[in-house]
Amino acid sequence: MKLGEIKNHEHELYFFQLRIGFAGCVVLAAFALLFLRFFQLQVVQYDSYATKAEDNRISIVPIAPNRGLILDRNGVVLARNYSAYTLEIFPAKVRDLERSIQELGEVVEIQAKDRSRFRKLYTETRNAESLPIRTRLTDEEVARFAANRYRFPGVEIKARLFRQYPHGDLAAHVVGYIGRINQKDQEKIAEQELEANYRGTDYIGKAGLEASYQQELHGATGFEQVEIDAAGRGIRTLARTPAQAGNNVTLTLDIKLQEVAETAFGERRGALVAIEPSSGGVLAFVSKPGFDPNLFVEGIDPASWAELNNSADRPLNNRAIAGIYPPGSTFKPYMAMAALELGKRTPKSAINDPGYFEFGGRRFRDSKAGGHGYVDLYKSIVKSSDTYYYILANDMGIDAIASFMGKFGFGSKSGIDLEGEAAGVLPSPEWKQKRFRRPEQQKWYAGETVSIGIGQGYNAYTPIQLAVALATLAANGDMYRPRLVSTIDNVRTGERRHLQPVLVNRIPLKPENLEFVKRAMAGVNQEGTGARAFSSAQYTSGGKTGTAQVIGMKQGEKYDEKKVAERHRDHSLFIVFAPLESPQVALAVIVENGGFGARAAAPIARTVLDYYLLGKRPELSSASSRKPAATAHHEEEETD
Amino acid sequence: MALEIAAFSPRRLAAFLLAGIDGTLLALSLGLVALGLATLFSASYEQPARVTAQIANLSVALVAMWLVARIPPQTLMRFAAPAYIAGVALLVAVALVGDVANGARRWLHIGVTRFQPSEMMKLALPLMLAWYFHKNEATLRLRDFAIAALLLAIPVLLIARQPDLGTAVLVAAAGFYVIFFAGVGWKLLAVLGVLGLASLFPLWGMLHDYQRRRILMLLDPTQDPLGAGYHTIQSTIAVGSGGITGKGWLQGTQTHLEFIPERHTDFIFAVFSEEFGLLGNLVLLTLYALLIARGLMIAANAPTFFARLLAATITLMFFTYAFVNMGMVSGILPVVGVPLPFISYGGSALLTLFIGIGILMSIHSHRRLVQT
Repeated sequence: MKLGEIKNHEHELYFFQLRIGFAGCVVLAAFALLFLRFFQLQVVQYDSYATKAEDNRISIVPIAPNRGLILDRNGVVLARNYSAYTLEIFPAKVRDLERSIQELGEVVEIQAKDRSRFRKLYTETRNAESLPIRTRLTDEEVARFAANRYRFPGVEIKARLFRQYPHGDLAAHVVGYIGRINQKDQEKIAEQELEANYRGTDYIGKAGLEASYQQELHGATGFEQVEIDAAGRGIRTLARTPAQAGNNVTLTLDIKLQEVAETAFGERRGALVAIEPSSGGVLAFVSKPGFDPNLFVEGIDPASWAELNNSADRPLNNRAIAGIYPPGSTFKPYMAMAALELGKRTPKSAINDPGYFEFGGRRFRDSKAGGHGYVDLYKSIVKSSDTYYYILANDMGIDAIASFMGKFGFGSKSGIDLEGEAAGVLPSPEWKQKRFRRPEQQKWYAGETVSIGIGQGYNAYTPIQLAVALATLAANGDMYRPRLVSTIDNVRTGERRHLQPVLVNRIPLKPENLEFVKRAMAGVNQEGTGARAFSSAQYTSGGKTGTAQVIGMKQGEKYDEKKVAERHRDHSLFIVFAPLESPQVALAVIVENGGFGARAAAPIARTVLDYYLLGKRPELSSASSRKPAATAHHEEEETD
Repeated sequence: MALEIAAFSPRRLAAFLLAGIDGTLLALSLGLVALGLATLFSASYEQPARVTAQIANLSVALVAMWLVARIPPQTLMRFAAPAYIAGVALLVAVALVGDVANGARRWLHIGVTRFQPSEMMKLALPLMLAWYFHKNEATLRLRDFAIAALLLAIPVLLIARQPDLGTAVLVAAAGFYVIFFAGVGWKLLAVLGVLGLASLFPLWGMLHDYQRRRILMLLDPTQDPLGAGYHTIQSTIAVGSGGITGKGWLQGTQTHLEFIPERHTDFIFAVFSEEFGLLGNLVLLTLYALLIARGLMIAANAPTFFARLLAATITLMFFTYAFVNMGMVSGILPVVGVPLPFISYGGSALLTLFIGIGILMSIHSHRRLVQT
């Protein structure tokens, strides 16, 4: 071996070992980098990652409480829950929703209706944990899905409670319905700081008592800590706080009476409110037409919604609290009461009724051509003389009328325990000032006072206001806030809360004036405009018919029912309380476009009273069918 | 009689079996394998058969190591060119008739089993290059490095085209290490480095969408938490939540609730780190560091140019696998399919690793025989 070669070798080896050393340094540096990274993750950011791992592992699963029941006064169930299986999708855990739904359709039946509903729910409730794609699965479908479950991460079968309204559209406007919580509901819940209690809740009361007693019915949400795996499947329960069911709500309403009343309406549109004068408890509450609240529970399908929402009959409108109508002649007893109380008239004050009242160059016609002749205060009510009240209103002046009628609750919300009540209009110069913009419209004209006297003009009240005013009159001036709920039961503790009647006003009225007006109203049903409807009644009662114009008549033009389109015909009204001496019920009926009050509305009132006071069930055929138009012989009775 | 019996005594048998076996390397690698089996047991609680399968793999790998350790480096040299040529041929075959899985053509059917030729290249390429440099040791010039670069580029491009970026990078790294230790000048190295970086840009265009996503995802894994970012997010949570002491063996929630994907193979380090914490990681890093130190020492003392290059390269390969895998699991490197050496489940990887260990042992035990 040459020396040079050895040297070269040593030189090379030296260089090689230098590089080995360099590589060793790189390795150390790289491992130091890794160690720093581990230190960062496992020491510096440990808390954050430990929390993330726990969040991964433990899922707080809310347990939705069972919703409370709604029962009528006799314990008949109006809203209940039943258990059914639903197929639910957790959108956050599903990568391709459309494809998953497509594949699910091969396992269980999924109709286009289900898809469109799911899509609607998905857009409306973005933050929901899970949404149902199918409800009410059969046992076979449950089994079939269970066998294919591994194919569908993020899809689960859930046993859910569904709301059901066993009476369908009966009392639908009272009971209302629940529906999925939407963005607006969510905001409301947040406003009331109830998010925690609603974490497991998907449904909320949307209308009727379901909405107004939402808090009572809802209950308290329970929570379960569940260990879950990466696919979101629960492995075991770590801790559990049970849910507390919502309270049961018992109504003052009698569902049998309600059924009698609704049947009496038949296919006609209108409203009826029956109140117990001594407490304000609502016995029957009708708004026709109604709707089937069961349609709304699982999210109403767009077709049914369009049908309900676009119907000219407006079935979703709660006419009893939100429909406003001129009271027509049912206003007259209160006018008479005002006249007596304010000393404007005595029972003996009489006029000669020529069939019209001339004021400011305008002729205000009586509905009876030629007039009623000699009319005192008693006859003015019994025969319903318009002329008498034109003159009376003019004598009293609008301010006195408005202030007196306001005490009876006309033109202000009754405060009934339902949402969506309208206030109506109690006409006065102040109201007109506020209502209109242009100065010439804002001025109150004396001529406008004249038609106020017969319940026309700007007068516009809700049926509940008419019923409350009558109940107040029947209770000698004691006005109770109308209410549908009498007791609330806590199912868990058995505790029962009675909601006490709320006396909102005590109108000081002279007993002799009360006695006179009630006697006159009794006369209506004995010898006056209500006599035919109340012939041979086995109880005493005081009533008043009313006919409210839907369209104004020109000077000299005569109203002819047959010539007027059905929807422009007069509304038929009737108010009645019974028995006369110690009234147990006061009710107001309005039949839209029903014509004379005595003809359409009064027979319904009679049917309801017969059932309530005597337990007499009407014959279905006569109650629901309309009698043919009155003959000329009865014309006199029926003018008002 | 007594003497003859003594000739077949257990002690003699042990001496025969242990001839050429380096105790340090064996202890370190078996220590790592032991940690791996413990972790694997935890990661495959629902499939305990994996542990026994891995033990079977280990037996095969140990036999291979034992055999290789007795082959002198000169003999190994003879395998270099045929192994390389066969490897390239197989890669071409894959490109033509290979099986497609997950959108990549990587597998070759041989009878009942499938075979990944790129795995073989991990050893065949360094062998080839070490042999080439050894052959031309006396007259190494720029031309030789250029040829070496070409020998490197052929298999790397074939693997990258499959596409299997992870393996391509690892094979390229192996080739690069040989060139580096062969003594390529620092200036040239710097130029190569710049060229390498520049080649990333056209390479980006060659990448599949999922590969680009994996790289982009590193910048912000939360962008796609259910998609490309899922692996990294869940594995960093596992590592981070392990804390200093870990959650304890078999107690990892991320592992046992199946939040960690591929938890017995590429992501087994997340399981280990979750259950044994920073202290466990330190132990693991130390074992690797010692193994690498031992390997580099053997390389430094190796008698021939070939042995030196091969030993150093194999050692740095161990380092590269370990670093890339742990970097990927802890979220500082993109997700590429690299198993954690000696720990991850898998027979072929274990075989390759222990053959590597066997080569190191052979080089070590033959260090004097050749020099004299």
